[in-house]
Amino acid sequence: MDWGPLYLTLKLALATTFILVLVGIPLGYWLSRTTSWVKPVIETLVSMPLVLPPTVLGFYFLIVFGPEQFLGSWIDKWLGIRLVFSFPGLVLASVIYSLPFMVQPIHSGLSSLPNSLLEASLLMGKSKWQTLIKVGLPNIKPALLTGIILSFAHTIGEFGVVLMIGGSIPDKTRVASIAIYEEVEALNYTTAHTYSLFLLVLAFIVLMSVYLINGGYLKRFWR
Amino acid sequence: MISLDIHKSLRAEGGVMDLRVNIYIEKGEWVTLYGPSGVGKTSTLRMLAGLMKPDEGSISVSDTPWFDSAKRVNLKPGLRNIGYVFQDFALFPNMTVRQNLEYARKKGGNGNLLNVVLEMIELGELQDQKPASLSGGQKQRVALARALVQEPKVLLLDEPLSALDPAMRMKLQEYLGKVHREFELTTLLVSHDISEISRLSDTVLVMEKGRVVKKGKPSEVFFKQQLSGKFKFTGKVISIEKADLMYVVHVLVQEQAVRVIATAEEVTDLKPGDQVMVASKAFNPLLYKLDI
Repeated sequence: MDWGPLYLTLKLALATTFILVLVGIPLGYWLSRTTSWVKPVIETLVSMPLVLPPTVLGFYFLIVFGPEQFLGSWIDKWLGIRLVFSFPGLVLASVIYSLPFMVQPIHSGLSSLPNSLLEASLLMGKSKWQTLIKVGLPNIKPALLTGIILSFAHTIGEFGVVLMIGGSIPDKTRVASIAIYEEVEALNYTTAHTYSLFLLVLAFIVLMSVYLINGGYLKRFWR
Repeated sequence: MISLDIHKSLRAEGGVMDLRVNIYIEKGEWVTLYGPSGVGKTSTLRMLAGLMKPDEGSISVSDTPWFDSAKRVNLKPGLRNIGYVFQDFALFPNMTVRQNLEYARKKGGNGNLLNVVLEMIELGELQDQKPASLSGGQKQRVALARALVQEPKVLLLDEPLSALDPAMRMKLQEYLGKVHREFELTTLLVSHDISEISRLSDTVLVMEKGRVVKKGKPSEVFFKQQLSGKFKFTGKVISIEKADLMYVVHVLVQEQAVRVIATAEEVTDLKPGDQVMVASKAFNPLLYKLDI
């Protein structure tokens, strides 16, 4: 039994979620405050992965970041990172692919806060950044948690994108979802069962934790 | 102290409203903006606070320019040293009462002020509670206390008492008057309540459709006839009924409904919802001590 794919899946999901927190918060905040004409364009781009087949994203990723392409060779040369058939490439693609799951909850959470809360903080001489950290985010904890958990879970469930740009290199890009596919093809049902059951239980626990926490059940239980 | 001369086009009901306001407020003065909804009272307050940018004009306070469209001056809200009490209180739900005040406190400000304010506005017992567990009146007091610990020179109040019941209003008007005097503030209030305005303000500015149409002491502005009698109440017309040759007008004064007999001539331009003054002078009032 090879634990590599499961370990790789968790590593990918954690890395992706971590980067998404850093990217999603400023982006969600900006979307909730801006009146700029580019807002609908950015909103559309962020939401595209929801409707596009993952293979489309993977295909363009290959085209743009392939080692013989301009951008791909530039990144390879100057940063020493190859984005195709590698773990960093998997992370970048996953970040793009799960972006709406992080940005949308944060965006709608911040939009639903009364304007006066943020204005009151600004009038107290706090910067926009301080206001976001001390007033904005603490008051949208459920939305933040939803974003984090959904991004994490969604990354675990990836298949198409990972297959297109990662291939299936053991311990580098062969995540659990792909390993299952290959084990079934090779008629190794026992291994496929193990991986599948692991993902099933993980998805159940992760999603249930959102509903427990956001539904206030845990608070009631602990009281 | 505050000199404000601004212009802004606002989107309003039924098209664009042209807001043009030119006012001057003395140091220590209490000025109230009065008028129907949507005439630009809150917008005026927001522009003074820097939360809304005027199209053109200038705002200066104590000879410091806060806004000047010609010179492209626009001081950030946080640098204007303003205490602002919002209509919805805007208390931070994630912080306790004390944390709300601590967050608002000016850096390097008077360290003891927070405790003085907590005591003065009687919030000591509530200081460890979160806003969600407070009543409307308590929230209002926290919002006022939070504005005060910023050590503002100017206090802006946007219909701060409109969500409260009459008894609570009376109590809070006391607090407001007290802090205005003791902290030597210059206060600008937005209010619909004539009795509140009469009680608190030095000057009232009546606004209509983006303009200040009347200015003066509350007694001059609201009570045209100078009566010799001492009984003057303001109230709101609830209903007008015809009874034989006369009319019976029901008026809500504070929380009490009063019946007033009126002639056909008197009711011609009255309709339910109008603000009216009920005055009486031709009788000798009786006084009863109430044991409460």
